[in-house]
Amino acid sequence: VRSVVNDFSIQVATVNGSGSQTANTVLLRAIFQMGIPVSGKNLFPSNIAGLPTWFTIRASKEGWIARRRETDVLVVMNPETAAEDVAQIGPGGVIVLNDQIKIPPVPDDRVVYSVPMAKLMESITKDVKLRKLVVNMIYVGVLGELLGIPDAEIEKALDAQLGRKPKALELNRAAVAAGRAHVRESLPKRDPYRLEPLGLNEGKILIDGNTAGALGAMFGGVTVVTWYPITPSSSLVESLIGYLERYRRDPDTGRATFAVIQAEDEIAAIGMVLGAGWAGARSMTATSGPGISLMAEFAGYGYYAEIPAVIWDIQRAGPSTGLPTRTAQGDLQFVHSLSHGDTRHPVLLPASVRDCYEFGIAAFDLAERLQQPVFVLSDLDLGMNNWMTDPFPHPEKPWDRGKVLDETALKALPRFERYRDVDGDGIPYRTLPGVRDPKGAYFTRGSGHDEAARYTEKSADYRRVLDRIAHKWETARSLVPAPVVEGEPGAEVGIIAYGSSHWAVIEARAGLAAQGLKTGYLQLRALPFAPSVKAFVEAHRRVYVVEQNRDGQMGDLVRLESPEHAARVRKVLHYDGLPIDARSVMDDILRQEAGTAVPVAQGAAR
Amino acid sequence: MSETPVRPAGAPEVNRIGLAKAEYDGARTTLCPGCGHNAITGGIIQAAWEAGLEPHRVAKLSGIGCSSKTPAYFLGHSHGFNAVHGRMPSIATGVHAANRDLILIGVSGDGDTASIGLGQFCHLVRRNVPVVYIVENNGVYGLTKGQFSATADVGSTQKTGKRNELMPIDLCALAIELGCGFVARSFSGDQRQLRPLLKAAFAHPGTAVLDVISPCVTFADHEGSTKSYAHVKEHDEPLHDIEYVPYFEDITIEYEPGTTREVAMPDGSLLYLKKLGEEYDPTDRDQALDVLRGARDEGKLVTGLLYVDPKDVAFEEQMKLVPEPLASLPLERVRPPREALAEIMEQLRTGRGVVAAAGGG
Repeated sequence: VRSVVNDFSIQVATVNGSGSQTANTVLLRAIFQMGIPVSGKNLFPSNIAGLPTWFTIRASKEGWIARRRETDVLVVMNPETAAEDVAQIGPGGVIVLNDQIKIPPVPDDRVVYSVPMAKLMESITKDVKLRKLVVNMIYVGVLGELLGIPDAEIEKALDAQLGRKPKALELNRAAVAAGRAHVRESLPKRDPYRLEPLGLNEGKILIDGNTAGALGAMFGGVTVVTWYPITPSSSLVESLIGYLERYRRDPDTGRATFAVIQAEDEIAAIGMVLGAGWAGARSMTATSGPGISLMAEFAGYGYYAEIPAVIWDIQRAGPSTGLPTRTAQGDLQFVHSLSHGDTRHPVLLPASVRDCYEFGIAAFDLAERLQQPVFVLSDLDLGMNNWMTDPFPHPEKPWDRGKVLDETALKALPRFERYRDVDGDGIPYRTLPGVRDPKGAYFTRGSGHDEAARYTEKSADYRRVLDRIAHKWETARSLVPAPVVEGEPGAEVGIIAYGSSHWAVIEARAGLAAQGLKTGYLQLRALPFAPSVKAFVEAHRRVYVVEQNRDGQMGDLVRLESPEHAARVRKVLHYDGLPIDARSVMDDILRQEAGTAVPVAQGAAR
Repeated sequence: MSETPVRPAGAPEVNRIGLAKAEYDGARTTLCPGCGHNAITGGIIQAAWEAGLEPHRVAKLSGIGCSSKTPAYFLGHSHGFNAVHGRMPSIATGVHAANRDLILIGVSGDGDTASIGLGQFCHLVRRNVPVVYIVENNGVYGLTKGQFSATADVGSTQKTGKRNELMPIDLCALAIELGCGFVARSFSGDQRQLRPLLKAAFAHPGTAVLDVISPCVTFADHEGSTKSYAHVKEHDEPLHDIEYVPYFEDITIEYEPGTTREVAMPDGSLLYLKKLGEEYDPTDRDQALDVLRGARDEGKLVTGLLYVDPKDVAFEEQMKLVPEPLASLPLERVRPPREALAEIMEQLRTGRGVVAAAGGG
């Protein structure tokens, strides 16, 4: 019998609000503790209770943590979706079935383990409500026994989750044990899937991108946070509040070194951020697509009046309300040029939870250095799912507060003009309200202004300021996080990707290489582009831009950056609301490669 | 940038912080000659000078419209922020959160506040952000040439004769309903009333709303307009004569018992409200709302201090902020130490004791 060790995926199909989250977290953590690279993705509905939800866990000894398209082991807990769920299991797949759920006949080459979950719960508690919640732990026990997850690991994960609630802990423990015992007594193993301790996760942490972003904000020294609740960004601010409450109150007085304001809408949220940024605070907000739409006018104000601000967009599937609990990268171009008139914003593109942490800090430095709103474009997959990573380092650098003239600096100057490009980098100096020297006072406006911040409608004045801000954009190119380029000598094919697509792309590249197609890779980490983007396009005959939207938004920007080579730039698009997977990327690139006139040279050379 | 103005020779009158009144001037107005807003600008300059506000501690904020241009015309040594239409309240909230030492003067109009900015106005009041919020209210959109605003009275007409049929929004009644602790209505032509109200507003710890009827000489000063100079003068019914004695001045006022009500501001300043007709208690919210309702029904304009709650709790107290401006905190106070991050990383490694997202999630 073939054996598949540490390289398969599990999917639990359940009902939203049924209490499966603890069970799934325990499974994920137990596998993580075994030292096996693992990732967990929650595919959930826009609903509090009652609609179907799926949790997928992927174990990969190679360390691949993107979503896997295929499910190897399915746990059927939701009668509504059972038929569909079972239908997607291929030959060799495993189905763990709650025996009260009826499913259509399954071909013999799938292994079905039918478990009398309700019956097993009967001896554990008499409380019907509790039975419904704790029944999820039965499948944890069943999987633990079938797949070889040591009891100690489940126990440890369970204790971490419920250690403070001894009664709940005991109940859950009993359910796990009942699941295990049932397998041992009645379900001889008939499938090849096994987990074995691997020791690859020493020192690593499990964290979602929103929590990582919140930590970045706190260690970046944020003082004013505003928000309007919207999925999938709410948990960023909620995590931040949790951490600020614990770590940012004065130890002696209990008073806060931060202000968190829940705004009446996203317009007010960004208005407060701009007001605070203007007054010298490190201020931020977090939102998602619909909120970004509302922020458009103020975003342009921040750009033209040159006020620092940090805005996180945790993207979800649009347009309009779209799929509020599904992932996408569809806000790129809109955010990039958010507002009327000639407006362009720096956009940071975190791919990992580590990036969320580091860009969370860097965004403040950039916003204050460049004196403009800086957007951080994450997405639901990165933001709300748990990812393995090395622990984050404490920031080594102090902060960059940018060009702010304090009392002494102002006094030494013969005069001060708010919008004068003194240094030739397009970035003027600013003063903060409260500065005593009357030279420092100026009037901030979104209407036409000259270098001295005076109202003007004169064409020449207007153009000078606009051109100077464009010059600042050029300065920004060298300040934002640079792309990471992985050249591959002799490769005709290049891949460009950004954000959470990165993980599917690196896995796809390995798969393509195994099939003889060598690829270069440029991982974009910010807009505006660094010069290396154009060089990368020039160095490859065909460039696939992989992204999670319908229109190939980044692909368009890459074409504009390198118009003479625009024809080389191709699209690999994934936009079904689910996290992108390596297989889809590979298949699409291979299909397009097969259709090109030029044969795949690398393949032929093998 | 403008330079420090030279004090006029032979005019040494200075306020309590040693500044001449000219130090409170701004740029020249670009509004129509005779505009009520210019009179309000003059009132702000006078009141700020008399109150001895430190110009560098003042931030002037506004939205969009004729009224919102005026912060450029007063306190030229203060920072100013002319925001987008109807959104000055959110800017004010952010500025205050960043620097609680600043004194915020917000100037808005009836379009800016009662239409596009109604939501933000309500939430500013609800949060009780300390802003002296002045509505320069003329019932029309001036910059776009005379359309009705949401404060136009029923039956008031445009220059073309077109009649307003919609109920006006009474910003004072709304503010009182929302729990505002300082609500006044005044008239740009009544500086004797406006100045003490402004000075009292500067001393109020929360949001202070001043709805100042300010006739638009170009689009609403004709017969038929209920916000023309003539109409306002004729229908203005002050609730009381107002005297304001700041905490730094000696009290020289004497009054007959029973004629005058005294309101103490938190900084020790005193407001004297001298009875003109009916007994009026500005600390009685119900009476304030009754009076406003009655005035609307009778087509009268009631002016004065409508409602005051000197024990108002300001925003920064609700937020329990440190006493220093957040914007000025050094890195070591806003970046938790290495050990804090190590503790958090250990929680995330073991899954034990992870800081829960506040408010669920």
